[in-house]
Amino acid sequence: MMLSIKNLKAEVEGKEILKGLNLEVGAGEVHAIMGPNGSGKSTLAHVLAGREGYEVTSGEATMDGQDLIGLEPEERAALGVFLAFQYPVELPGVNNTHFLKEALNAQRKARGEPELDSVAFLKLIREKLALVSMKPELLKRPVNAGFSGGEKKRNEILQMALLEPRLAILDETDSGLDIDALKTVSDGVNALRSPERSIILVTHYQRLLDYIQPDFVHVLAGGRIVRSGDKTLAKELEEKGYGWLTGQDEAA
Amino acid sequence: MSSSNKQMDALVAKGYEHGFVTDIETDVIPPGLNEDVIRFISARKNEPEWVLEYRLKAYRHWLTMTPPHWSSVHYPAIDFQAISYFAAPTKKPQLDSLDQVDPELLRTYEKLGIPLEEQKALSGVAVDAVFDSVSVATTFRQNLADAGVIFCSISEAAQEHPDLLREYLGSVVPHTDNFYAALNAAVFTDGTFVYIPKGVRCPMELSTYFRINAQNTGQFERTLIVAEEGSHVSYLEGCTAPQRDENQLHAAVVELIAMQDAQIKYSTVQNWYPGDEQGRGGIYNFVTKRGDCRGARSKISWTQVETGSAITWKYPSCLLRGDDSVGEFYSVAVTKGRQQADTGTKMIHIGRNTTSTVVSKGISAGGGQQAYRGLVRMSQRAENARNHTQCDSLLIGDRCAAHTFPYIEVKNPTAKVEHEATTSKIGEDQLFYCRSRGLSEENAVSLIVNGFCKEIFNELPMEFAVEAQKLLAISLEGAVG
Repeated sequence: MMLSIKNLKAEVEGKEILKGLNLEVGAGEVHAIMGPNGSGKSTLAHVLAGREGYEVTSGEATMDGQDLIGLEPEERAALGVFLAFQYPVELPGVNNTHFLKEALNAQRKARGEPELDSVAFLKLIREKLALVSMKPELLKRPVNAGFSGGEKKRNEILQMALLEPRLAILDETDSGLDIDALKTVSDGVNALRSPERSIILVTHYQRLLDYIQPDFVHVLAGGRIVRSGDKTLAKELEEKGYGWLTGQDEAA
Repeated sequence: MSSSNKQMDALVAKGYEHGFVTDIETDVIPPGLNEDVIRFISARKNEPEWVLEYRLKAYRHWLTMTPPHWSSVHYPAIDFQAISYFAAPTKKPQLDSLDQVDPELLRTYEKLGIPLEEQKALSGVAVDAVFDSVSVATTFRQNLADAGVIFCSISEAAQEHPDLLREYLGSVVPHTDNFYAALNAAVFTDGTFVYIPKGVRCPMELSTYFRINAQNTGQFERTLIVAEEGSHVSYLEGCTAPQRDENQLHAAVVELIAMQDAQIKYSTVQNWYPGDEQGRGGIYNFVTKRGDCRGARSKISWTQVETGSAITWKYPSCLLRGDDSVGEFYSVAVTKGRQQADTGTKMIHIGRNTTSTVVSKGISAGGGQQAYRGLVRMSQRAENARNHTQCDSLLIGDRCAAHTFPYIEVKNPTAKVEHEATTSKIGEDQLFYCRSRGLSEENAVSLIVNGFCKEIFNELPMEFAVEAQKLLAISLEGAVG
């Protein structure tokens, strides 16, 4: 298994959020993780990326057999873990191109690959830009600063295209996007599907799955996966809500 | 505490890289200050009688003054009788060639990463190196002389250009100006004199590296730059200092004079020893810097990157006397550990249509304390004068602090004054975002800080900007906790 999560428990500020989560993701697979608000979807995404304050208390998460939990966020990134943020962070004054180049080269360096010089990098980034239909001007601006919601999400997908992760976790990438932006972003993600790349889509709504077809759908509730199925499960959720799975009314 | 925080703490504890001591015999007089000491200094420097009189007048005035305490910096009272007021390298070399410079001294420069030879060969920068109060190397003198530019130590100016020195010395910062300026006027040991004749564009960037070396020796440098009508000059000042146990007082005076249509750009990168983790032994940097835009359409621009010193207390200022004259102040100040800074500028608008721009970026990390203090004064005559002040603070961690004290006095109704201030923190979310893309925490901090300071670095001459970025990265290594 590419990603294997076994009985994972994690807490945030002393409160247990993930209560024994199991998930297996094979290479090249796209898994959607759905669930009501507060079920632990974003916590799972942040735990996998290694955010401070998300304390794993027991269980394990491995990628190709290698433990992830003990690694720093940048070490996970170099291994190929990528988190597309629900709310991409603004870095005022930090040039977007410079940021992307530094990030890519930091990862290459950590993997023992040669760093790209400016010429090679600019060539590469231009190819990737086309993939996400981003205006080249955005490369000259500070990272995410003053970007619209759609531009921020596209910038995340641009980073994913550039960094070529083996495991991409997209945290509520559809939130705050109008239908055109959603389509562009989804096209970008679809273009990045490959047998070597696994994708986890964390989403509250079925809508995203109209554009990115998952191989598997899981429902996360109360810190555990309570139901798994194929994409028809998402349709079912849309009709019935989450209440029938969690035994309560859906939290809005 | 995560392992990354522990790593950060270890880096915070990292020693001062430039803390080494050069073993050059210095000729130091015993600590203490009285008229005999001043006469000794003056005699050792072979000064004309009027300089001695100037010193004594300043000293007598200083005796009537008390140290100021209005800033937000805190330090134990300074015992001025415990300071030695003169130190000069005893092996005084010839001035016409680097070969004759004490090799020990040259090695010092190399350790600092500022080899004179390379400076000469590669960058075309003329370097007047001030080392423990006496100039030991002057280069490119001839090129400058051909252009009519005078670039020499104050001591030499007293010998060779006494009339110029007499006309301008103390004309911007009078000996009565403040406690430390009076002290400096009494005991200044050396410094730099620059004179750019009418219409001359100085053919190279002028650069002086100061280095405080002898233990317990106060440094009282004096810099005087005169730009005659229509002339241009860019002057770079950069400093590092060796590690010390006792506080070293540095009370310099810098005077700039720009005549009609003249422009002076004065850039500083300051990296003096900030003290150990307890704040012991760092430099006290109490400097008076003032530029006088005497002529119409003249321009004076101060750019500073301040990362060192235990205490930085200074306000490079502009007197905008000429109509349409322009004053600028661009500053990056970093305080971490126990460092304190109270810095800013004064823009005094006297002439009509005068404009000033102030961009101040303060970065505080660890227990660093920082205040921006800026005065903008629009006098009665200052028709249509304009000022724009932007003052941004960046906090790293939650033990540091930043304060902003703007003073605005407007006596002319047509004058416009704008003041903007922001305070931000390097957020945990920003760091995690960068790290999740593969950047180390250190690189992330450096990236964010350099982004924050970009406007200022853009004002620095190229080589200096590179040096400043490096310095900032070194200063902030491990600043996140």
